[in-house]
Amino acid sequence: MSGTQTTPTRADVCAAAVADAFKDDGEIFASPMGTMPMLGVRLAKLTSNTDLVISDGESLFLAGTPPLFAKADVVEGWIPFRKVFDVVAHGKRHVMMGATQVDRDGNQNISAIGPFAQPKRQLLGSRGAPGNTVNNRTSYWVPKHSTRVFVEAVDIVSGVGPKRAAAAGPAAERFNDIHRIVTNLGVLDVNGPDRTVRLVSVHPGVTTAEVQEATGFDLGDLTDVPETRLPTAEEQVIISEVLDPQGFRFKEVPA
Amino acid sequence: MSKGPRDKQMSIDEVVASLEDGMTIGIGGWGPRRKPMALVRAIYNSDLKDLTIVSWGGADVGLLARAGKIRRLVYAFVSLDTVPLEPNFQKARQEGTIPEVVELDEGMFQTGLKAASERLPFLPMRAGLGSDVLVNNPWIKTVASPYDDGEVLVAVPALTLDVALVHLNRADVHGNATYLGPDPYFDDLFAMAAERTYLSVEQVIDTAGLTVDTPVQRLLLSRMLVTGVVETPHGAHFTDCRPDYARDEKFQRAYAAAAGGSDDDWAAFEERFLAGDEAAYQAAVQAFTEEQA
Repeated sequence: MSGTQTTPTRADVCAAAVADAFKDDGEIFASPMGTMPMLGVRLAKLTSNTDLVISDGESLFLAGTPPLFAKADVVEGWIPFRKVFDVVAHGKRHVMMGATQVDRDGNQNISAIGPFAQPKRQLLGSRGAPGNTVNNRTSYWVPKHSTRVFVEAVDIVSGVGPKRAAAAGPAAERFNDIHRIVTNLGVLDVNGPDRTVRLVSVHPGVTTAEVQEATGFDLGDLTDVPETRLPTAEEQVIISEVLDPQGFRFKEVPA
Repeated sequence: MSKGPRDKQMSIDEVVASLEDGMTIGIGGWGPRRKPMALVRAIYNSDLKDLTIVSWGGADVGLLARAGKIRRLVYAFVSLDTVPLEPNFQKARQEGTIPEVVELDEGMFQTGLKAASERLPFLPMRAGLGSDVLVNNPWIKTVASPYDDGEVLVAVPALTLDVALVHLNRADVHGNATYLGPDPYFDDLFAMAAERTYLSVEQVIDTAGLTVDTPVQRLLLSRMLVTGVVETPHGAHFTDCRPDYARDEKFQRAYAAAAGGSDDDWAAFEERFLAGDEAAYQAAVQAFTEEQA
């Protein structure tokens, strides 16, 4: 070990938490959107789930596990957008998307802020979120946990939470699987009372009160919430010396 | 007289002259990738109005929105990737200048094109269920499976197009065309969903040349789907058109800055780059590139 970094940073904890979200997925297509999800997925591929299928984010399945934003080495398949849609419908996929808003019921918004007819702020559009959330496992990454992101009710439902899926009927509920929401402060899921968002763990150095303070809805009883695990020594080396020696992760979660 | 299939070469102006107010126009490519920008720029400068634009959108949607050409927009996203939010599109949405807006899930969009290409009124799928896509588009209905499962699915309506505009790397004069980059996107589907397809390409070559050093699987469009062929070198600029050229990030930043800036900023950008014809545009881009070097 070079010993350049001995104490895991918050970003490293987030990467390991993302990796944990993919560790039980088996041999499926892991689709991370953004830097930290990509880092966590590649970390999982090198440690807890070596069967994961990963891509270059464009059109190639990668046989190896290159560092973030490095050129592909060995290619093991072709995954243009049309085939991505095939895999979404087929279901062997776990996507980790961003979220401009997430609400108490685990609905996600990336479409627009304000009324849809004339938004205060137009965002990307719903992209694949409606289809992802009723077809394959979906997680979210939130680099800045705040009351602006975690709101009582999202302005526009792009990604469908479990309650909305159930209300839409068996066809919507059948494959709805909102798995984890990893943020810079903790890990959440939708297994709270009545399928609401709950705090699963809080990152070392963060208090549950701070998470509640940064969340626009009541997270319930937080007395027994454990700490998110630290990366192992092996993971720490992989993160800081193999996958992200340039420190792209610190642009999302400052050290 | 030759007995071969007909020569479909046209000019940009001839393509635009064949379009009419109120038409439904599908634009191929994906976000900031392989967009038929030369044709889009010509529409920007035309008198056409009240268009329905169907696009996985990038600057094509941004430009046409800025020019007030769009009466109805069908999209799943509008993004420039490295500039995530398209400023001209944002401005149009936030000022409410696009009268009718249809936001779909990006897979629904493909299914809608597929239904149109197969001359079906709809195709069923799961995407959309439970989301505000169905709330904001109450005209999109569900359909119950007639089989024992009884599942209620979205009946994704056909996205039938009057015209598709697509940009590929190479074609012959008849409209057989290859894509040479990483992804075909959905240009073949746009062509099959449309009454007429106008194809712009980096280079027109003879038919034999299309497969001389290129696998036949890269032939994405057959001439039977193509109405007109336009040779427009750098015609996808500033979007990605590999291997001919990558996205012009510097130019895209300049576009985004102007689009997101003041009216004067946009007027200056328009005057410099968009006021003339395609040749003038390419010359202005050349000068911009030399300045930035």
